[in-house]
Amino acid sequence: MQSRFASGKPEKKGVPLSSFTNYSLARSLNTRGDMSRLIATRRLASNFFVSKLATRTFCNDAPAKLSTVPHSSQSNKELEDEQGFTNDVPQYDIAIVGGGMVGMALACSIASMPLTKQLSIAIIDSNPALTNGSSIKKDDPPDPRVSTVTPATISLFKGIGAWQYVEQHRHAYFDRMQVWDYTGFGYTRYNARDADKDVLGCVVENKVLHKSLLSCLQNKDFKKTIYPTRLLSMSLPTRSSVSAAGASQSSTSTKSLANLAKLELSDGTNLYAKLVVGADGSKSHVRELAGIKTTGWNYSQSAVICTVEHPAENFCAWQRFLPAGPIALLPIGDNFSNIVWTMSPKEASNHKIMNEDDFVKAVNHALDFGYGPHPESWVFGGNVLSSFFRPDVTSSANEGFELPPKVVKLASQRMAFPLSLMHANQYTSKRVVLIGDAAHTVHPLAGQGVNMGYGDVASLSNVIADGVAVGSDIGEVTLLKKYEADRKTANIAMMAVLDGFQKAYSVDFGPLNILRAAAFNGANVFAPLKKNIISYASGERRLPFLS
Amino acid sequence: MFHTMFSRSLYQLQKLSRRNDLSLHNSSTKFKHAVLAAFQPILHTRPYANNPQPAASASSVDQAELAKFAAIAESWWDAEGPFKPLHVMNPTRLTFIRSTLCRHFGKDPFSARPFEGLKFIDVGCGGGILSEPLARMGASVTGIDAVEKNIKIAQVHADLDPVASSIEYRCTTAENLVEEQMKFDAVLALEVIEHVANPAGFCKSLSALTVPNGATIVSTINRSMRAYATAIIAAEYILHWLPKGTHQWSSFLTPEELVLTLQRASISVEEMAGFAYDPLTGQWSLTDDIGVNFIAFGIKKQ
Ligand SMILES: Cc1cc2nc3c(=O)[nH]c(=O)nc-3n(C[C@H](O)[C@H](O)[C@H](O)COP(=O)(O)OP(=O)(O)OC[C@H]3O[C@@H](n4cnc5c(N)ncnc54)[C@H](O)[C@@H]3O)c2cc1C
Ligand SMILES: C[S@@+](CC[C@H](N)C(=O)[O-])C[C@H]1O[C@@H](n2cnc3c(N)ncnc32)[C@H](O)[C@@H]1O
Repeated sequence: MQSRFASGKPEKKGVPLSSFTNYSLARSLNTRGDMSRLIATRRLASNFFVSKLATRTFCNDAPAKLSTVPHSSQSNKELEDEQGFTNDVPQYDIAIVGGGMVGMALACSIASMPLTKQLSIAIIDSNPALTNGSSIKKDDPPDPRVSTVTPATISLFKGIGAWQYVEQHRHAYFDRMQVWDYTGFGYTRYNARDADKDVLGCVVENKVLHKSLLSCLQNKDFKKTIYPTRLLSMSLPTRSSVSAAGASQSSTSTKSLANLAKLELSDGTNLYAKLVVGADGSKSHVRELAGIKTTGWNYSQSAVICTVEHPAENFCAWQRFLPAGPIALLPIGDNFSNIVWTMSPKEASNHKIMNEDDFVKAVNHALDFGYGPHPESWVFGGNVLSSFFRPDVTSSANEGFELPPKVVKLASQRMAFPLSLMHANQYTSKRVVLIGDAAHTVHPLAGQGVNMGYGDVASLSNVIADGVAVGSDIGEVTLLKKYEADRKTANIAMMAVLDGFQKAYSVDFGPLNILRAAAFNGANVFAPLKKNIISYASGERRLPFLS
Repeated sequence: MFHTMFSRSLYQLQKLSRRNDLSLHNSSTKFKHAVLAAFQPILHTRPYANNPQPAASASSVDQAELAKFAAIAESWWDAEGPFKPLHVMNPTRLTFIRSTLCRHFGKDPFSARPFEGLKFIDVGCGGGILSEPLARMGASVTGIDAVEKNIKIAQVHADLDPVASSIEYRCTTAENLVEEQMKFDAVLALEVIEHVANPAGFCKSLSALTVPNGATIVSTINRSMRAYATAIIAAEYILHWLPKGTHQWSSFLTPEELVLTLQRASISVEEMAGFAYDPLTGQWSLTDDIGVNFIAFGIKKQ
């Protein structure tokens, strides 16, 4: 029965709450050492037993084993009081549906804040990576899916104690970025120095982020149960079901269950939760079951994604705009880089199946002279403009155009994804909240997808902590609306930028190309504007270009 | 953070008393007496203050007021209903309660259940909007209200949550519990005093229910022009949050009057805060402006 973790060793340090976002209460409760455990003992004992009970549903011979489960007499008594009529259906404070990169981060975040770490959590996901305990080996092939994590995400990871595990695996910081255009009209180079930073971002393989969060969670003293299965259906309390139960003569425990969300899992298990978190990705089942509608659109474009190898290590993020869309080469550490190449769906499926040598040739062609000349050959390039604006010129504007490294080999499978944007009309309803791709899915062009999800995690865990601090019911809509208010604006602003970005760069039309080039050159020479672009892309700013 | 905020509001009291030229004391150690002295005249203009000292057991019940609450009891837990202001204000006032009581009782502010082991009473609990969070924060809560219907609603709702179902709800008055010689570590009466018949007697009852060195927390609406504009005109007539006639202007206490009345009941007010409503976000926050809604934390003298 490997379906759950044993509780890890007690946590040594308090969590710097200051690393999370703007919640007054979290802020006023500054970092401090160990919280007193004594106070929570009673509840802890009873919750611990509840999750033990859950083993019954998995084990065939469980009833016999159950009596051997050690527990204090107090928890036993509480169990009779609270659980006596529930047919052994386990109850949790929070059920996280979807243990992906975002769902796992929420679990870690809740486990690391003093006010929330006593909450009991169920994580539901059939992904075997959650339970098979395998580790990532140095010579495993790189994951074709990578994420560009922003400084805001890195500080979330540091706050929850997961960054140390990322650092043990392959990851790549980059401090430069070069963006150019196939027309040869312009190019721009961003340098971390322009924004007074050491790095612009860090690229990490998705499996590394996921594994790091898992290791982090395993090493926390925290009540969690992993259900290696999927959510089938969900019933939420309605006004009438609650008042019917309230008015009936039924026992208190039956009444309280009517007020919780009930989840049915595909292995036949049922469980109850005060709060269901939909972290189940862009096709979220939780979202659908909660009746939350979405707004979205498809671009008639796809992205081909893979990892490639080149002769030397790369420290720059490269992006070139081609007639059908951009191609990006992101360093991921060692001699590897990740490719995200946008093109028509038909071209994408061609590029996915063509032989490896042809594909490598196509990539090198697209990153070099393919479709048009290098920008430096154009007489009105960045340097001419910059000489007019000497005082404002940023240091990197004077750096010449460079060619990205030559790709020598394909290092992973190729994947093709249609590009689309999707946004949930609400992020919450009673006892339900959506985070990550379940709430918003963006195209992979700007590498912001998972960062938006991590913004959700930081915000939601603070809202829950604030709720716990003042004794709120954590599934109450009025509380969850604070999370929605906090994140919706930020996410919509980001999506608007990404949509504009996509539109501006996917059209191949003469005058527009010149404008685009002018914009590039402009961005290259006006230091303040560039600073804004960088800080927005690195997740520090809420509204782009308005400040 | 809170400390400066509250010493500032006490400072305001002090300024007020000076402005009225009724106090010659400037030293902060004596300023509470200054407040007392300053507001003696105002208190005497209040009808109840002119009456002979009421016995602590005199009834605080005002039948007309209770009828108003009985009429809308069904809607206690409708977050968009007539009690919406209490729902929206709840996290803010609980932040004040958490902060002052954790400090007073030496409890860990990082704990999810800091009030474990403490006995609280919520006087005029209504549907239990305040009692339930207090129970979740670990307190053993007794909730009392003079309206039977409120207590029924509170009980049904508390049964929806195993933690809240530990709350002991009773339809009774503070005076009756004083007669039963009940004692609590903290006595809370939020948004009640403006509805009772006899505020001075009511405060005496609250005090009698508090153990020596225990805490008493009272919140209410100020009798200021601004409070009139906000609480009555806006809340009752424009926003339709509250049914018309919920509040009776003349029964509002000013912060100074409250401090004085509690003082006379052997409770010294240590901290006070105001609530500010932001119409853009629809949220309340704590402020040192006690001009409209305010909350006071006091300690029962030994
Ligand atoms: C090709 C591509 C490239 C990308 N590149 C980047 C990038 O460079 N940078 C970046 O920041 N973002 C990128 N993204 C976006 C990023 O991958 C997503 O934003 C991120 O994975 C979202 O995480 P999530 O946990 O919300 O959802 P997911 O990663 O989709 O995880 C959802 C989880 O829910 C589980 N699940 C689903 N249904 C159920 C159910 N019914 N019951 C139980 N469990 C269920 C699944 O098994 C899965 O584990 C890219 C996306 C794509 C498609
Ligand atoms: C505005 S409500 C406040 C409810 C609750 N304290 C809160 O803040 O959420 C006032 C409540 O006080 C009750 N009440 C009024 N006079 C009372 C009295 N003398 N004794 C007990 N309760 C009283 C009313 O029935 C009503 O429920």
